[in-house]
Amino acid sequence: MPRLNLDVEQLRERALFVRRDIVALLARSQTGHSGGPLSCADFGAVLFFHEMNVNPERLDDPSRDLWHFSIGHVTPVIYSLMAERGYFPLEDLLHFRRIEGHLQGHPSKHDTRGIEVSAGSLGQGLSVCCGMALGSRMDGNPRRVYCVMGDGEQQEGQIWEAAMFAAHYKLDNLCGVIDYNRKQIDGDVEDVMGIAPLAEKWRAFNWNVIEVDGHDVGSVIEGFEAARRTKGKPSVLLAHTVMGKGVSYMEDDYRWHGNPPSVEQAETALIELGTSLSAWTKRLEGHTAPAVTPSANGAR
Amino acid sequence: MSTPVPAATGVTPAHLNLAAPELKRTREGFGHGLLDLGERNPNVVVLVGDLTGSTNVNFFAQKYPERFIQVGIAEQNMMCVAAGLAAVGKIPYLATYGAFAACRSLDQIRVTVAYSDLPVKIGGAHGGISVGPDGATHQAMEEIAIIRSIPNMRMIVPCDYWETRKATVAAAADPHPVYIRFGREPVPVVTNEETPFVLGKAAVLRPGGDLAIIACGVMVYEALVAAETLQTRGIDARVVNVATLKPLDTAEIERAARECGAIVTAEEHQVHGGLGGAVAEVVVRTHPVPVEFVAVQDRFGRSGKQDELMAAFGIKAPDIVRAADRVLSKKRAG
Repeated sequence: MPRLNLDVEQLRERALFVRRDIVALLARSQTGHSGGPLSCADFGAVLFFHEMNVNPERLDDPSRDLWHFSIGHVTPVIYSLMAERGYFPLEDLLHFRRIEGHLQGHPSKHDTRGIEVSAGSLGQGLSVCCGMALGSRMDGNPRRVYCVMGDGEQQEGQIWEAAMFAAHYKLDNLCGVIDYNRKQIDGDVEDVMGIAPLAEKWRAFNWNVIEVDGHDVGSVIEGFEAARRTKGKPSVLLAHTVMGKGVSYMEDDYRWHGNPPSVEQAETALIELGTSLSAWTKRLEGHTAPAVTPSANGAR
Repeated sequence: MSTPVPAATGVTPAHLNLAAPELKRTREGFGHGLLDLGERNPNVVVLVGDLTGSTNVNFFAQKYPERFIQVGIAEQNMMCVAAGLAAVGKIPYLATYGAFAACRSLDQIRVTVAYSDLPVKIGGAHGGISVGPDGATHQAMEEIAIIRSIPNMRMIVPCDYWETRKATVAAAADPHPVYIRFGREPVPVVTNEETPFVLGKAAVLRPGGDLAIIACGVMVYEALVAAETLQTRGIDARVVNVATLKPLDTAEIERAARECGAIVTAEEHQVHGGLGGAVAEVVVRTHPVPVEFVAVQDRFGRSGKQDELMAAFGIKAPDIVRAADRVLSKKRAG
């Protein structure tokens, strides 16, 4: 079942699990990013459990959709989505950023199976996805390519080189997602280096721009469907999100961009998320990725 | 070439007339290599950053337009688009000037191409001072040092048209990212169609046991000319063509150190971190002997004609001869 098509309720539960994973793995590693991963959790769950055709059982399946996080630093959410989707055991999450584990601080193709291309230097991923989309089209492969970007990352010039390229070559099999949480390491994006008006910028580069509530899985599902229907130009979802979403003391606070919660803070967070640090760590240790059942009306 | 050269003695490869060599552009070798590949391998695609004619990917573009991708003036994007194409099974060759390929898109090479070990093939045109009138900005002289410091990378500096053509073809069969450096102006053809090329192997073009001149690129010809001059003085200079800078043929370099006891390196590149540095790393580790470096001495280039510049920057055959004298006196002083 490469494309899961989970329904809204199931997706909300997946996103909740992902948030719990993020907090629990950061509590263990005591290194890594909190804010961005939490803002990506809901649209990430839609991507991995509804939208994309991926097959962790057969990583080289030529019909698979391709996904790439240009924001390599949000590895806690990337690895949680992968583990929950079955790419590797949940237990691996507890070895994030550690010498004995395979989960590098930024995603590494040769360390973690399922990562298509390594990432970590901002601004490069959309170009990579342009190459994937163009190469797939040359081969007559109908797959889609998804690229998750950050909003601070929009300050990188290469993003706009790639935006030009994708529109020039009419890559309608390419779909960007921007985690528009309005925060970056040094503060508010608009204070650090303004990117507004972002939607207008992408429209001016001849992209189809779809604005969604990045925490409303229904809104995100519709956004991806609108992107799928759009022919002749690439699409980008501006996913309006809140940094640190789901953990009250982290929400909308840029200081949580690059820091992990302490063990005590993680305990507070996990109680807010309806579990506890010990219970959720136990789940991760137990390798028990819950069985995922596709929704009855999910077949497309 | 205006360098006065002695008559050939027969030690140099028989087909080569040192005094009046055939001149041919190495970038044409790249262009023709791509044509060879286009026919053989449908997965080969070519990207260019608005330099179709001057990198000679025009031959491929005309014959295989459906596999030719114009990227415009955006080298950083081009490097990563190539990585994406490689990730879906293509063998992408990209072409731009070396100054942009190795410097402007270095972060893209390091993080996206090399860290992922994707088989992107980078055609770095306009390498070296011999680029001529365009001046310092366009005379790439740092690529060897830059590229060979990055894990997974391969670095080839072919010596002439034929070697560039063969290196271009050979790069497709290598599963790693490869950088091929070539030049702008016509340069002497030192090898011929039959000369074997193996990625990672150095070639002894001329035997000799008094010293070894280890060279790459256009300096291989200068080395052969210098060896002829030295022979008129009774000095037998071995000439080793190190076309692959990475992975380096360390065995051949060690052999040169052991058997000759003195080495001169010659390259059209900055003196730090290039062929000379690579050779010295091997020599000090295996069999320490005196080494002299003929290279650009840590300075930027300038406008001028190819020959004028090579002479002004101290990388012509007479410079190699002088370096040989220095290294031989050190060897004698032992």
